[in-house]
Amino acid sequence: MTVESTAARKPRRSAGTKSTAGKRTTARNTPGAEPELVQLLTPEGERVKHAENAVYDKYVTGVTPEELRGLYRDMVLTRRFDAEATSLQRQGELGLWASLLGQEAAQIGSGRALRDDDYVFPTYREHGVAWCRGVDPTNLLGMFRGVNNGGWDPNSNNFHLYTIVIGAQTLHATGYAMGVAKDGADSAVIAYFGDGASSQGDVAESFTFSAVYNAPVVFFCQNNQWAISEPTEKQTRVPLYQRAQGYGFPGVRVDGNDVLACLAVTRWALERARNGEGPTLVEAYTYRMGAHTTSDDPTKYRADEEREAWEAKDPILRLRRHLETSNHTDEGFFAELEAESEALGRRVREAVRAMPDPDHFAIFENVYADGHALVDEERAQFAAYQASFADEEGGN
Amino acid sequence: MAETTEFKGMALAKAINESLRRALEADPKVLIMGEDVGKLGGVFRVTDGLQKDFGESRVIDTPLAESGIVGTAIGLALRGYRPVVEIQFDGFVFPAYDQIVTQLAKMHARSLGKIKLPVVVRIPYGGGIGAVEHHSESPEALFAHVSGLKVVSPSNASDAYWMMQQAIQSDDPVIFFEPKRRYWDKGDVNTEAIPGPLHKARVVREGTDLTLVGYGPMVKLCHEVADAAAEEGKSLEILDLRSVSPIDFDSIQASVEKTRRLVVVHEAPVFFGTGAEIAARITERCFYHLEAPVLRVGGYHAPYPPARLEEEYLPGLDRVLDAVDRALAY
Repeated sequence: MTVESTAARKPRRSAGTKSTAGKRTTARNTPGAEPELVQLLTPEGERVKHAENAVYDKYVTGVTPEELRGLYRDMVLTRRFDAEATSLQRQGELGLWASLLGQEAAQIGSGRALRDDDYVFPTYREHGVAWCRGVDPTNLLGMFRGVNNGGWDPNSNNFHLYTIVIGAQTLHATGYAMGVAKDGADSAVIAYFGDGASSQGDVAESFTFSAVYNAPVVFFCQNNQWAISEPTEKQTRVPLYQRAQGYGFPGVRVDGNDVLACLAVTRWALERARNGEGPTLVEAYTYRMGAHTTSDDPTKYRADEEREAWEAKDPILRLRRHLETSNHTDEGFFAELEAESEALGRRVREAVRAMPDPDHFAIFENVYADGHALVDEERAQFAAYQASFADEEGGN
Repeated sequence: MAETTEFKGMALAKAINESLRRALEADPKVLIMGEDVGKLGGVFRVTDGLQKDFGESRVIDTPLAESGIVGTAIGLALRGYRPVVEIQFDGFVFPAYDQIVTQLAKMHARSLGKIKLPVVVRIPYGGGIGAVEHHSESPEALFAHVSGLKVVSPSNASDAYWMMQQAIQSDDPVIFFEPKRRYWDKGDVNTEAIPGPLHKARVVREGTDLTLVGYGPMVKLCHEVADAAAEEGKSLEILDLRSVSPIDFDSIQASVEKTRRLVVVHEAPVFFGTGAEIAARITERCFYHLEAPVLRVGGYHAPYPPARLEEEYLPGLDRVLDAVDRALAY
């Protein structure tokens, strides 16, 4: 745990009220040091409470052992699902997969902070958040298998479709949140994006719009350190959470591998949104332990030591240690969960293999809500072309 | 809304204003968004007075960020609103092009029909007003090429009024190109007359020798061309396309089967333009009716020129007449 310095236990100043410009500290820039962040569980699973993190700690003081086990279960099952999807890609069942390995705490912690009536705008890696929203994980695989471009009804779970264009969804979240405010509702909106997306104009514009209109939106940036092969240093010269200050709303950096801290900080930010206090930027400082996607080869651009250092901060291991040392579980719990994980893996595997190819005419469906003459014409041409094969077969 | 249902001599810009007013009155979910649309009423005053009457939460002055305007409009539409956003000028739409093309156009299909995005993107377009660069372009073909979008352009006050009503009521995103050099042209608007469908072209002048197809700012020019041709004894039919996506090929075909000659006129560059699509399709449909190849008159494959050269660049009376003569000479 050499990189887990005392600084890690000292949370950053809250709410961007003071500038830390000039004290730029990231793990890679300053070996041995860790940026200041909100942490409630150490990598050893030790619960930490002190004056600096008290503002966030109070959001999880009431968490019961059962709820802790629930968070653990969510993370384990999400990881198992993710591993299964990666395997399915290797077996040729999926065209691509974007693994969340290492980001379970950021996603489950933030995802479990949400209320049913909140609305989520994900990227394409938020499998853990989808899990929290009740989206069946098999539905996430359709687009990666190539049978559809979505796979679920966004309004059934208040979980928008995955967005592949980097950062585009942050504006949708902001607009949606503007609508929530107009409706006088007290729900909140959360937009997920990564450190690479922070360079996109749309993210900057969403910060501007949300601040100007005081929109109830939480920007949840999972800084997993890498945008494919580009490190965070290629995206920014200041810690990302500090960006918020320039737009006039608070930014906070949280230990993204600490599920309890992610839960607490997201609850805090959502409460601000509900109270009409406007947007918040949460930077979950975490690590993408796997490749960007299954098409990527991280060995070409990052050192094994880096991953090994982060493996020591594994979010699942951390909570397990805490559960064990706090006597919140017995061996039966872990064994049952293991069996549940295997069952989930099996179910996912079978569901993917059983996914039917879409009907040929799906190409022409839902291009327009009100219809379009050209689509009708081309559908008819396509039908005639398809029918010509049937005629041939029938004739032979 | 005035009590009368018939407005005599209403400017095209005012017709859009009245149409937006009617939409705001009829549906509390309709929003107007854009740079300067509030107090100023837009740089062309198309939204004049709307914020005063409907408030800042319905007529929203936005930050200067086109992608943000369209992207947040998408979010508002997802929440159940019907935003009508203004892009201040044609050449400024490109920062929003990504949101329009990758998000606005595709979300309905991606969601297998679960999501509808009734967003209208208003774009004052075209040249002829002596503006500086990026203020005179005609990028409609770039949008028509994208499935999921509807692209329309009115040529007169009545159509401007009604097509805006139809665009706002459409559950599909509509790119609404407003012919800015015709903003001050006046026409009669009947606010009760039930219009034809948004995508239908209309024969606005009957003729027998050749069909002129135009839309937006070019329809007026087509009338001038037909007048001049009539003096030489030639009878030109004019079709106002109204919609660039979809294109009403049936109406063009019907006209061409009658006149047997077709000239398409638009301000946008001819290369890969609306005219190319029409020429190809009509050649397919009307090969044995055509007495001449379909000819196109439009802009050149060059940046829109400085204002003092735009008369050379834009299709004018003589260039269109020349094409008419060439078509008739076959």
